[in-house]
Amino acid sequence: MRSGVIAQKVGMTRVFSDSGEHVPVTVLKIDNCQVVGHRTAEKNGYVALQLGAGSRRVKNVSKAMRGVFAGAKVEPKMKLVEFRVPADSLIPVGCELLADHFVVGQYVDVTGTSIGKGFAGGMKRWNFGGLRASHGVSISHRSIGSTGGRQDPGKTFKNKKMPGHMGHRTVTTLNLKVVRTDPARGLILVQGAVPGADGGWITVRDAVKRPLPKDAPKPGKFLNPGDARPESSGPLPPPAILAKGATAPKTGAGKEGAEKKKAPARPAGGKK
Amino acid sequence: MSIIQTLEREEVARVTQGKKIPDFAPGDTLVVNVKVTEGERTRIQAYEGICIARSGAGLNESFTVRKISYGEGVERVFPLYSPILDSIQVARHGKVRRAKLYYLRGLRGKKARISEKTEVEAELAAAPVTPAEAAPAEVKAEAKAPAAGKKAPESKPAKEKKAEKSE
Repeated sequence: MRSGVIAQKVGMTRVFSDSGEHVPVTVLKIDNCQVVGHRTAEKNGYVALQLGAGSRRVKNVSKAMRGVFAGAKVEPKMKLVEFRVPADSLIPVGCELLADHFVVGQYVDVTGTSIGKGFAGGMKRWNFGGLRASHGVSISHRSIGSTGGRQDPGKTFKNKKMPGHMGHRTVTTLNLKVVRTDPARGLILVQGAVPGADGGWITVRDAVKRPLPKDAPKPGKFLNPGDARPESSGPLPPPAILAKGATAPKTGAGKEGAEKKKAPARPAGGKK
Repeated sequence: MSIIQTLEREEVARVTQGKKIPDFAPGDTLVVNVKVTEGERTRIQAYEGICIARSGAGLNESFTVRKISYGEGVERVFPLYSPILDSIQVARHGKVRRAKLYYLRGLRGKKARISEKTEVEAELAAAPVTPAEAAPAEVKAEAKAPAAGKKAPESKPAKEKKAEKSE
């Protein structure tokens, strides 16, 4: 089992496959995701990697946490998460995980905090039908109706679906396909929606219910401290993985120059 | 520029590589060449009709083409940057005063006609009204339609041309 990574949800967009299909994707950004610490069997009783991502101003970090970051020789992080890994696949402290930790075409599980909905009624929270609009119903059109029996059982069962707080809980979406990775910018594009609002912190792990591709880097794809960052390889290639016949990806012959030229020309044409 | 905007621009550039999407507006008659895959082989099918709407922006822009097929109105919505579009040709520029021509759905035959945009009108539409910006726009218009450019002398500001038209 490999470690996951911490990412930030950027938003959704679409990509087109060569066969003309449009694929809705969520863009996830890996922002400075470094190993901050190890949990070992001797010391902690379990083995895990502690990762940190984002950045935080030193003045906003408690003295105790400053000590933790200083010990790991990393900048203060916004978000810290532990990932359980086997003892042989620990990544050294200070290493930075890259977007191509995940292979294009593999499946990942994404965990995030869903958007909070506040105190919601039964109709919104549990899809109850509500009461009738007329025929004597007054004031209680959106109420939940009956909550149990009569003298027997004489109580409302535990876990009865009722109004209450909705959203803002941890939600995991399983088996999302990785459409593209861009290590230079730290972006992962996964097919489909991801829980939470734009800008929210999420964790991305290999799918539990799908086999890991053989070419996935083990124990992970990371940069040692001081290594050169990966350079931009020009425009992203088409999502070849999505074409059913697995056609060879076209080379990005356009490069940066052509791209910039085209970009401003398009809105002008669109206005017309 | 946000990451999403950058990605969308890159995607537009990638999809339009080696392809030119012409300027067209609602009211124009278009020939849309669509790639159709039948089993193994792919062929190109032309779909000709009037563009009755453009909607969305950037990568998500789409347009609606309406035609009458065997007496039955047919509308197809194409994403502007879809790879299944082989090419788009503008057969005719139409003169309309709406951005969405949904009123055509209720009309048939002669009433559903759209008069053609004349060259002067096309030029006026392309040129901005302010005289300061008129000069570069004229160059642009000339490059687009050389026949239209010949008629108007280069130094003539856009306002004069408007007067000419009203006469």
